[in-house]
Amino acid sequence: MSALALSRRRPLLDRWNLTATQLVLAGLVAAFLGLFLVLPVLRVMGVAFWGPDGFTTQNLEDFFATSLFRESFFNSCYVATMAVLLASIIAVPLATIIARYDYPGAGLIHALGAVPLVMPPFVGAVAMQLIWGRNGSVNLILMDLFGFKIPFMEGLNGVIFVEALHYFPFILLNLAASLANIDGSMEEAGQNLGASGWSLYRRIVFPLALPGYVAGASLVFVKVFDDLGTPLLLNVTNMLAPQAYLRITSVGLDDPVGYVISAIMVVFSLVAMGVASLALRGKDYATQQRGGGGLGRRKLTGWAKVLAHGFVIVALLVSLSPHLGILLLSLGTIWSFSVLPDAFTFDHYATIYREGPQLVTNTVLYCGLAAAIDVLVGGAIAYFVLRTCMPGRNVLHYVAMASLAVPGIVLAIGILRTYYDIKLPDGRALATFWGMLVIAYAIRRLPYALQSCLAALRQVHGSLEEAAENLGAGKLATLRRIVLPLMAGGLLAGFVTSFATAAVELSDTLLLVTREIDAPISYGVYVYMQSPAGRGPGAALGVLAVIVVALGAWASHWLAEKDRRRRSREG
Amino acid sequence: MERYLGFRARVAIAALAFVASHATAQGLEPKITVVTSFSKDVTQPFTQAFEAAHPGTKLEVLSRNTQAGVAFVRETRANPPDLFWASAPDAFEVLKKSGLIDKYQPRVSGIPAKIGSYPIHDPDGFYFGFAASGYGIMYNTRYVAANRLPLPKEWDDLKKPVYFGHVGISAPSRSGTTHLTVETILQGEGWAKGWSTLLEIGGNLTSVSDRSFGVPDAVNSGQYGVGIVIDFFGLSAKASGFPVEFVYPKLTAVVPANVAIIKGTRSPNAAAAFVDFVLSEKGQAILLDPKIQRLPVQPAVYDKAPAGYPNPFKDTSLGAAVNFDSFLSEARYELVNSLYDRLITFRLKELNEAWKAIHAADAAVARKPTEEAKRLLGEARGLASAIPIGDAEAKDPQIAGVFRPAEKDKPKPVRQAEFEERWDAFAKKNYAEAKAKAEQATRAAR
Repeated sequence: MSALALSRRRPLLDRWNLTATQLVLAGLVAAFLGLFLVLPVLRVMGVAFWGPDGFTTQNLEDFFATSLFRESFFNSCYVATMAVLLASIIAVPLATIIARYDYPGAGLIHALGAVPLVMPPFVGAVAMQLIWGRNGSVNLILMDLFGFKIPFMEGLNGVIFVEALHYFPFILLNLAASLANIDGSMEEAGQNLGASGWSLYRRIVFPLALPGYVAGASLVFVKVFDDLGTPLLLNVTNMLAPQAYLRITSVGLDDPVGYVISAIMVVFSLVAMGVASLALRGKDYATQQRGGGGLGRRKLTGWAKVLAHGFVIVALLVSLSPHLGILLLSLGTIWSFSVLPDAFTFDHYATIYREGPQLVTNTVLYCGLAAAIDVLVGGAIAYFVLRTCMPGRNVLHYVAMASLAVPGIVLAIGILRTYYDIKLPDGRALATFWGMLVIAYAIRRLPYALQSCLAALRQVHGSLEEAAENLGAGKLATLRRIVLPLMAGGLLAGFVTSFATAAVELSDTLLLVTREIDAPISYGVYVYMQSPAGRGPGAALGVLAVIVVALGAWASHWLAEKDRRRRSREG
Repeated sequence: MERYLGFRARVAIAALAFVASHATAQGLEPKITVVTSFSKDVTQPFTQAFEAAHPGTKLEVLSRNTQAGVAFVRETRANPPDLFWASAPDAFEVLKKSGLIDKYQPRVSGIPAKIGSYPIHDPDGFYFGFAASGYGIMYNTRYVAANRLPLPKEWDDLKKPVYFGHVGISAPSRSGTTHLTVETILQGEGWAKGWSTLLEIGGNLTSVSDRSFGVPDAVNSGQYGVGIVIDFFGLSAKASGFPVEFVYPKLTAVVPANVAIIKGTRSPNAAAAFVDFVLSEKGQAILLDPKIQRLPVQPAVYDKAPAGYPNPFKDTSLGAAVNFDSFLSEARYELVNSLYDRLITFRLKELNEAWKAIHAADAAVARKPTEEAKRLLGEARGLASAIPIGDAEAKDPQIAGVFRPAEKDKPKPVRQAEFEERWDAFAKKNYAEAKAKAEQATRAAR
């Protein structure tokens, strides 16, 4: 009774476990999402539920009455589930090797592990076909040696294969960050109780890293469910995302069915995310003791070493094969129906020499800013969700996640429609200012960073913050000195995934770039890839994009390692 | 500070107004922006030549695919770019109907009224054809040799069983150019026969791409051997060194790519100058560049062309076999696209299976022609090339209108979704039955 009376007397902010600064921050985050996601998207998608006589569910009924759409829905679910399985098979061993063992190439895997996320538009597709397609290098060699071909790139199985290769880094990066955060004493306790080897990993280590795995796996599921590029690359149209996209871009912007599909994808993605977070509910993943620098790194010996090397080499070779293809394309003259290009040349790099630097600096600037915004906003939302009782915190969470399922072209058109009439001081429209491109990227990539931030914060024990506050530190100091350093690995994983994927974003770039000097690499690739002669230079730009991302990923790994070493020294 | 800026701005505006009033008499505005779907290979030489011919005016190119380009022009009405420059005439029709482009009278002479049977300029004077293109078949010579395929020449060749799994096309709903190819076949062969050709070729298709450039891309890589494309995709790929060839079938339409001035342009003189430049002999000669390879609309320019360059003004077979009726094409535009998607794009697997079975039955019947087998095979063919809607219905504005964007205060009698579900069910059922009948025919011929 007395506790209740007490709580009634406590001011509102206290009850929400918020400070005034945090409330202002929450307002800013809400305004950001409202202005740049909800408002623009509603201005375009409103037609889905708005007929001539007001609100209507007619279009929704049409969706479920159409067998093609039901079939597409089923296919999308199937592909997403299988892609998560396949991606886990690649990513879980890789993450374990780099986080638990003293593996010499860990930094390299970290840097290269983010690269599969960078699939430059069009060039990536062409390279994929040239390597894995039905007359690609692999199949031509198979045909030559053994007289048969494997349809890697056909139908739904082809989509699963490509999606898993493309998105397994979500699991790799988040799981590696989570593993690195586990308290080494937990593992030692397990060992003291007699667990070792596989059972130690299965019963102690992996369960403790579950937040990272779930963050990554749910991202893979939702991303594959909503992904458009890969099905289009393989000309598979009986899935939801291509159906929505084809409706919107060929029937017209005012066609309601396309938006009904988008709305259904949004809802389903959120349900999937909700189910994923249920899996983590009621369990405590937080680590109290810090300073040990995470799991002890053990040495690989004998067969384990051979196995690890073998797995790493095969996994990297397969997952980087499209990028190898892009490199060959950029250095080759003509590559047609053959295992390798006919001859090699540096001409394509000479062609892009003039505009290349501009495109690269624009990409680094836009994607860097967008990823920074994502980590900030994502970190803030994660904090509100896990550490406060603020009403509406889950709304922020779900709205932010919903942007995964909004087609890029819908967001871009919404932004043009909403902000074209607002003028900047120099007379240009706000919508055509390059900052809008940054915001569009940030909105589209926010879910990645948010998932990483949530996973990272789940592993920080609340008692550490309480301890700091008891010792007299303010909320801000606690955040800066305690929470942020402990979350660093996850924040960086979020930054890298946002940055890497934004670097090759095309659908909104194509609508929002209005001056060539403002264009990022993806636009340059698009421009070149519209003609046969542009294939080489387009691939050369694709190589630049990959290098930019690999450097970014490597730098962030280096930062994280430096931090880890510093902490373990202090400990 | 602010007052100072305000003053400066006012001076600038006054100066601009002065320049603008003079510009009408002599000079051009300093900058124009062109929204285009053309590749760098096309835009770069035109930009350089135009800027050389009009020093003082800078040309800014905004690359967008056609759909994104139309969306961009629509959303930026308040402060639009100056020109729209793209292939598909239907995109220009959309812009014209939405009141987004302006009338103009080009100051260029020597361009005939028609190319083949297609009017070069918009008869209402809103957009202007500057380069013609025909549709045809492109193939990868290495692929064709490795798979021992005969060289295709006519649309009918692509129906043959040898091409099963070797042909690609882009969906007409996604590519204005493919739409015109489909419409040309429908007009040249008639509605029912044309669809039967399309469905039979459809049986051989390995993929229906979502963008027109996806087809030459795949043929260039050797992913599949034969593609249905617009001529310059094939010709320019060949000029870039890819092992490909391009042929015009007899039944092809020659259709112009266009340029138009966007309504509300703030550089009307420079925009007009660009249109005139593109149509002038100097501009037209750029089209002969081996990386561009489009057909000029100025007959005189062909004198400068290398030997063997297709000339639709001399070679009367090009584009003459069909008297292209653009009103008819316009009337059923969305319906044809939707029908193609229901019958072919989205049911490609089922269609492939049906025709594969029919090809097998064909071979069996050729070896041992029993009456029963022939009857069954005939029925299977009929099923796999049937369409759910007749010629007259497709032209009926009541039905075709269902596939148009809704207009205010005009409720549609039937919703598009209902038609599409009916067609989808029709396709699925027919292809399954055709497959079953063809398999029966194979057994009967044993």
